Amino acid sequence: MTTTIDKPVSKKALEALRERAAAEGLLDVAYATADSPFGTLLLAKTPRGLVRLGLPGEDAEEMLADLAGRISPRVLEDAARLDEERRELDDYFAGRRHAFELPIDWQLSNGFLLRARQGIAAIPYGETRTYTDLARVAGNERAVRAAGSACSRNPIPLVIPCHRVLRSDGSLGGYAGGLEMKQRLLEMERGA
Amino acid sequence: MADLPPFQTLIDEHAAEVMGVLRGAVGREGAEDAFQETFLAALRAYPSLRDTRNLRGWLVTIAHRKAIDHHRARGRAPVPIAEVREEAFTDPDPADGAIWGAVAALPPKQRAAVTLRFASDLPHEEIAAALGCSPAAARRSLHEGLKRLRKELA
Repeated sequence: MTTTIDKPVSKKALEALRERAAAEGLLDVAYATADSPFGTLLLAKTPRGLVRLGLPGEDAEEMLADLAGRISPRVLEDAARLDEERRELDDYFAGRRHAFELPIDWQLSNGFLLRARQGIAAIPYGETRTYTDLARVAGNERAVRAAGSACSRNPIPLVIPCHRVLRSDGSLGGYAGGLEMKQRLLEMERGA
Repeated sequence: MADLPPFQTLIDEHAAEVMGVLRGAVGREGAEDAFQETFLAALRAYPSLRDTRNLRGWLVTIAHRKAIDHHRARGRAPVPIAEVREEAFTDPDPADGAIWGAVAALPPKQRAAVTLRFASDLPHEEIAAALGCSPAAARRSLHEGLKRLRKELA
């Protein structure tokens, strides 16, 4: 181990760096954490919009490494750049917001998965659909399994509300944040 | 393609050291600017970086280039250096902070000479060019700086 006594770099210097990086188009992915009633969320956005949301159970380091590989390694932590996203999520958890307005970057979804996820995004607050409904909306009624993975590997849960998709028999199916979270979200939305 | 870690990890792991190197090389006032320049240059080049084995050395190399730019911009070096080394060097492990702290406290010319010699590994002629003085004067600054460091750190 080195016995370094290097002082940490000031917040101001790091902020100036982020500002200049963004101004020069060098901030491809900005990320920040956000508190929620379920634990800490990790939000990541590109200049186009929110691209990824990590639920409390997800491995943050793995998620960022994955974004570095799939989008760009120019990944920087930048809390201020995600203020709007954090505000909308706070309002959602407080029951004050029923639809998100923040811009979404869909680049991690293509083809059937993209259509299915856009279908999920259109499910109104407080309502649910089945995986079969979703497959139909995405253009292939028989692709129920693929509709399932449009949900299970949804890059932006909550904002693309895959918790509103259930099995045809009414049972919960799965959820990246755990079934208890899915259940509580549905109850919160029904109660509002 | 090399698996590049998210750039933030480079900042988390190496920003403090890069800032330390720059304080030593250009002084406290110039260091913040040089720090921005260093990390912006790194960020610009990062996606096409092939060799990820020594990210620290890569950053420190860029920092030294920016320190030289800084000295040149301040008019100390009208003579361009023939060639700046491009390869990342593995700099020695100077029982870090204590030594750099003492280096930072040196008068500007001595500080620059010591840093360019030992951190950037430049020969006397190039140090002279960077500082805009004769090789003999560069040698003298280096000598004086080292003498003072020995005293400080003894």
